Amino acid sequence: MKLTNLLAGAAVLALMAAPALAQDLTAVSFGGAYGAAQKEHMIDPYMAETGAKVLFEDYSGGIAEIKAQVEAGNIQWDVVDIEVIDLERACSEGLLEVIPRDILPAGDDGVAAEDDFFPAALANECGVGVIFWSIIYAYSSETIGGEEPSTIGDFFDTAKFPGKRAMRKRPQVNLEWALIADGVAANEVYDVLSTDEGQARAFAKLDTIRDDLVWFDSWSQAPQLLNDGGAVMVQSANGRIFGAIKDDGRPFKMVWDNNVFDLDVWAIVKGTPNLDQALDFVKFATGTKPLSGMQDVAYGPTRRSGSALVDPAITEDLPTAHIDEGLKADGIFWADFGESLGEKFNEWLLK
Amino acid sequence: MTATTVQDSSLLPAGRALTREEAWFARRELNRRRLTAFMLVTPLLLFIGFAFFAPIATMLHRSVYSPTVAQLIPDTLAELQSWDGQGLPDRAVLTTMAVDLKRLASERTSGKLGEALNRGLPGTSSAVKSTARKLRRVEDTELGANGAALLLEANDRWATPELWRTVRATGQIYTERYFLTALDLERDAEGAVQVREAAQIYVQLYSKTMRIALIITILTLLLGYPLAYVLANSPSRIANLLMVMVLLPFWTSLLVRTTSWIALLQTNGVINSVLMGVGVTSEPLEMLFTEFATIIAMTHILLPFMVLPLYSVMKGIDPSYMRAALSLGSRPIPAFFRVYFPMTLPGLSAGALLVFIISVGYYITPALVGGTDGQMISNIIAFHMQQSNNWELAAALGSLLLALIIALYWIYDRLVGAGNIKLG
Repeated sequence: MKLTNLLAGAAVLALMAAPALAQDLTAVSFGGAYGAAQKEHMIDPYMAETGAKVLFEDYSGGIAEIKAQVEAGNIQWDVVDIEVIDLERACSEGLLEVIPRDILPAGDDGVAAEDDFFPAALANECGVGVIFWSIIYAYSSETIGGEEPSTIGDFFDTAKFPGKRAMRKRPQVNLEWALIADGVAANEVYDVLSTDEGQARAFAKLDTIRDDLVWFDSWSQAPQLLNDGGAVMVQSANGRIFGAIKDDGRPFKMVWDNNVFDLDVWAIVKGTPNLDQALDFVKFATGTKPLSGMQDVAYGPTRRSGSALVDPAITEDLPTAHIDEGLKADGIFWADFGESLGEKFNEWLLK
Repeated sequence: MTATTVQDSSLLPAGRALTREEAWFARRELNRRRLTAFMLVTPLLLFIGFAFFAPIATMLHRSVYSPTVAQLIPDTLAELQSWDGQGLPDRAVLTTMAVDLKRLASERTSGKLGEALNRGLPGTSSAVKSTARKLRRVEDTELGANGAALLLEANDRWATPELWRTVRATGQIYTERYFLTALDLERDAEGAVQVREAAQIYVQLYSKTMRIALIITILTLLLGYPLAYVLANSPSRIANLLMVMVLLPFWTSLLVRTTSWIALLQTNGVINSVLMGVGVTSEPLEMLFTEFATIIAMTHILLPFMVLPLYSVMKGIDPSYMRAALSLGSRPIPAFFRVYFPMTLPGLSAGALLVFIISVGYYITPALVGGTDGQMISNIIAFHMQQSNNWELAAALGSLLLALIIALYWIYDRLVGAGNIKLG
């Protein structure tokens, strides 16, 4: 009798312990068309190859949630897709693990990782580049009327183009655009924005379209707002609009003038209990083949060996084709100013 | 002993006192009952203590406790003690700060310091973080010898006494600063309290929250009172059907009800289509993401909280009072106001208090349909919890909200009397 009890108890314990040993890895990204491409080319193949289970969740960017998890010591996310505009800040605030470069796999053509990745993709020790992407604005040729917008100035010109504009609810990119629309040259934007007068100028420019602004939190809302008429011009990640045009046949057009281009990286949340598995996943997901799959949503690969696999038909839609008319998002500026401008932006919103 | 005897003797026939043994048994019995009663409510007490009082106490504590700066730069703070608050501190202090900043940069905690100082003086975090980044590459010996100059060179803000006053002020472990911020106040250079120079938003938000809650209370009252009257005075078959219609939305998920309002109110939604179809307007009206949306959706959601107490009080009013008033010659309307209405007041005050207090702290509905206009104080508290990670300010705002509700309840008690509330 006692022995049976003991055995039963041991069996129950073993059952309870089993899932605890095979920890699930939690990867977090931006959802929508981009998330679908990552699932198809990174998450699913990884699970098929290793037998590990990866929970794939969505978030809307920014470092607040990661910070809350690290500060509370309650890590729920292991691997996170972060925009480089936020990466420097997250890394310098100790929210991310350093990813050793020597674990990264060589390219499919045999070139060592350090040489195969574009330098920008490995610029920060806490992340490994996943995509080149860009923030543009788009309109629908159905709702825009006669003349079509072509510059950032047009986005801020409500007299010429009446109607709502949708922007992501955070200061990044919006303040840059406001200054450009106010006549600041693209290469001076961050210098101007680091002064009190420059910041006041940017907010004053945003004030001029304040009543016509619609705010959204997540990139996946951008094509939706354009689709259901919530706004006539919508700030978006280029891939979201590309997806809506290609997959759903929507009559959307992108304006590349002063697009703010950036990278996304895989990063690992500081203090995760699954560090080894997280590193293993990053290693897998930044191989030549998974990375080149991101061209499904018109995001450029971060490896030279991946560029060779890009379908020539879409090169014009990749951000790399529009770098000349664009502005590089400055992660170091936002690491220094993210806190204070974030607070100013929120107070401005509530005024 | 004597006291017990006297007390217990009231239960006994006159002239007989308890013997010593009887008194002992009686006391033991009494204690046992008390113990049983206490043990029966213990789980509840533990639960309330754990799930209600402990979190509130933690929140109150957090609103005045901010050890971050004191933990990060103890050496600089110790040296700052001797500074008189005028002009720049000694070079020694500046050098210590430079050394501290280098250490923070290599430990990756300079962001924490920047964040904490930025709350005291907006714009400071960029100075802290950019300086820390620059100093990280400087040799220790160079920093020890020349730290002050390097610090001043790295960013102009280090030359302002204002910043050093902020460092000293934020270095206090217990502080009333977050309460001042929550009331749009701050301390000036001499330490006197003044209105905050940066944007003033919170007082305005509190009054907006109160205004919205008041409007919702009045609307639910106007809609709920006649409904409760019909419910209480219809034949039971109709009354039951009506009651189900009141309760049905009550049983539906809050999220479902709120999102159905999104479907109704949006630009291409049901209401706009109907209005444009009928020809009332040619342009769609903007209703979603406004204060209007918050008010109308919350009125709908909170209506049962008004109807149910009113109904149960009205159900208990004997119809013969009204009949008596009418048969004694009063006209229906004065009879209603002088006889019927005063009797419904307990239900009315219960409903109004319930709706008002619930709506003051409401979160989900304004978050979903309110846009930026229709935000209430609870949304800002959530924002500081989840987005800006300023838990201290969130705690101070929450404590003020709690104090406000207690104050309102106190005023209500003085004016109407809490004993008059009747929920059923």
